[in-house]
Amino acid sequence: MREASARAVAWSAAAGVLLVAVLLVSATIGPEPITLRTVAMAALTELAVPVGASVTMHTHAVPVVSGGLPWPALTIAYAAPLQFGVPETAQVIVGTIRLPRIVLGATVGASLAISGAVLQGFFRNPMADPSIVGVSSGAAVGAVAAITLPSVVVIGVQPAAFAGALIAAFTVYAIATKNGHTPTATLLLSGVAVQTLLGAVTSFLVVNSGREIRPAMYWLMGTLHGSRWHDVEAALPVVVVGSAVLLAYAREMNVLLAGEEDAHTLGVDVDRTKRLLLAVASVVTAAAVSFAGAIGFVGLIVPHAVRLVVGPDHRVLLPVSALTGGAFLVAADTVARATATEPPVGIITALIGAPFFLYLLRDREVRAL
Amino acid sequence: MTLDVTGLDVELAGTRILDDVHASIRDGHLVGVVGPNGAGKSTLLRAMNGLITPTAGTVLVAGDDVHALSSAAASRRIATVPQDASVSFEFTVRQVVEMGRHPHTTRFGTDTDTAVVDRAMARTGVAQFAARDVTSLSGGERQRVLLARALAQAAPVLLLDEPTASLDVNHQIRTLEVVRDLADSEDRAVVAAIHDLDLAARYCDELVVVADGRVHDAGAPRSVLTPDTIRAAFDARVAVGTDPATGAVTVTPLPDRTSAAADTSVHVVGGGDSATPVVRRLVSAGASVSVGPVVEGDTDHETARRVGCPCTSVAPFTRLEDTTAASATRADIAAADVIAVPVAAAARPGVRGLLTGAVPTLAVGDAAGAPEWADRLVACDAVVSAVGALADTPSDGV
Repeated sequence: MREASARAVAWSAAAGVLLVAVLLVSATIGPEPITLRTVAMAALTELAVPVGASVTMHTHAVPVVSGGLPWPALTIAYAAPLQFGVPETAQVIVGTIRLPRIVLGATVGASLAISGAVLQGFFRNPMADPSIVGVSSGAAVGAVAAITLPSVVVIGVQPAAFAGALIAAFTVYAIATKNGHTPTATLLLSGVAVQTLLGAVTSFLVVNSGREIRPAMYWLMGTLHGSRWHDVEAALPVVVVGSAVLLAYAREMNVLLAGEEDAHTLGVDVDRTKRLLLAVASVVTAAAVSFAGAIGFVGLIVPHAVRLVVGPDHRVLLPVSALTGGAFLVAADTVARATATEPPVGIITALIGAPFFLYLLRDREVRAL
Repeated sequence: MTLDVTGLDVELAGTRILDDVHASIRDGHLVGVVGPNGAGKSTLLRAMNGLITPTAGTVLVAGDDVHALSSAAASRRIATVPQDASVSFEFTVRQVVEMGRHPHTTRFGTDTDTAVVDRAMARTGVAQFAARDVTSLSGGERQRVLLARALAQAAPVLLLDEPTASLDVNHQIRTLEVVRDLADSEDRAVVAAIHDLDLAARYCDELVVVADGRVHDAGAPRSVLTPDTIRAAFDARVAVGTDPATGAVTVTPLPDRTSAAADTSVHVVGGGDSATPVVRRLVSAGASVSVGPVVEGDTDHETARRVGCPCTSVAPFTRLEDTTAASATRADIAAADVIAVPVAAAARPGVRGLLTGAVPTLAVGDAAGAPEWADRLVACDAVVSAVGALADTPSDGV
């Protein structure tokens, strides 16, 4: 078992190096080419460490409630300890435009990949991905409603997407649960049904969206365009905390792969563990899709590809999937950024992902997951 | 750590699967659960380890209700070897066996007891493929890996659901020897659902016969495995005897048909190996057969023991006349409806004196005509119908 931790550390270190390399190289690419050295210095200059925090009460304007709702706001003070004197243009391009988008891309990629790995193991089904429990389609309804009917859905695109995702996931779970048990097959099927229903709602909203059709379509295909640091500040903590919880349950997930009855006789509280994994994976996915839209394929192929290389042990699979997923989405988004028309990154992930997936299937003789 | 099952009722999807089941398994005891397909054997094991919640009754392990314990606490007391070894992910054998340590490992700690894992793998003979993928193993090898996983769990109670189902003869014995040894040398309480009645009788201290969700009988193999109990539980006709090699109870299933000789009581006189084909045919046809006199260790003697017929034997090179064997044989003959005597056996010294003609007598052999001591002469393969015919005609002596 020591050997497992050693393998986890070694593979994670390798994937971590890959991720950092992809982040830095990505930041050099764009309309204004910037050298790797300048990028590295600008990134370190941008590096901020929290030095203090304060909570202030704001009043959030809500149409029905007169005077609005009180709303706590957390303000975190940051200090930048390193200064390298990078030219201001380069600093702004790297620090304010490219890096937020790249770091958000890495966050989103990591969250999709780790929840994909969890759900594939959870369902013992190679076709499972984070959208299977209705998270993506719920987020889509929320986001598209906020885009096309801003006067009805007043809370903004990202909160609407996040809320939609969690409501959809909870609905799927509640439909599939009877007497405290949630059979996996029922969960899968109720996920498919709810997805189809929500897809119809989304389509209806898009068809009737008038000139908002373009932003709605961009959201549906997934895009990181226009990401800012405050997006990262909102998404990253959710993904980091959620991933830590999932990692803590890696051993239970291994045992669950032996089947739920076996897992029970090996001391896993199956129903509680399933509930927890499903909830955390849903929240992590919801955090990703509400900022970047419904990016497909990352949650499906990254865990798959990583499993083929490192094996099914979740103690290794989960961290390596997260880091590799981050690197993959940043690379795909770099291609999107470098393309003249700047297509949604979801199109790029599908274009790269599907053939790569087929290559793996043909080449590696996949017998099981 | 004893396991006590009291008044257990289990319903699945509205159907009563177990009905008022009682059982008690003590430390160091190996208890076999036998019964026909669909009798509820697996359900009983699944209720014992807490997988299924019963509608009534309790399962107590060392005095605590299994269904009230957390799954972690229950799994430290009860380890289960499941029936179907479907492991679909490419874990190595060692990783699968290590999963047995799960209940002993804290969330952020690592279990350092690699010795338990090594011992479990060595004991079940899977150490040689510790580094291989479980998916690349045969069904029998996977079953042994799951036994190793249960051993690594180090629980005082072990439940096995058909542990020998997909094993070859060699590994059936090896696996049951390991299981037997777990009860004997480690004082574990072991329950195994076993299909093969001979293996169950040979290795278990006690058998519980389950049929239609009820316990038909329970106790030592020799007292439980009777033709009547087996007929009631399995709806099968069997001969119950003693295996000459192991001395254990052995059960031979017989074709389920009613023949001319069914329920007829027949005494067969033995001699070397001449009575063996006659005894086999009559037992198989459902006749109630006694045999004697036979010489100890002769083929006829072994046959009689194997099919469980009452048998009178004499030591080699002893004169038959005036021995207790002779009077025992006379008593058997007097109680029989028909006597069947192989011609070769009748030639043995002292045998002719037993054939008084008081009971209808059948000579079996290829001789030219019926001997003067017999009512009829038939070939061996016609013995069943001849016995039937003879039993129906009242005897008027020779």
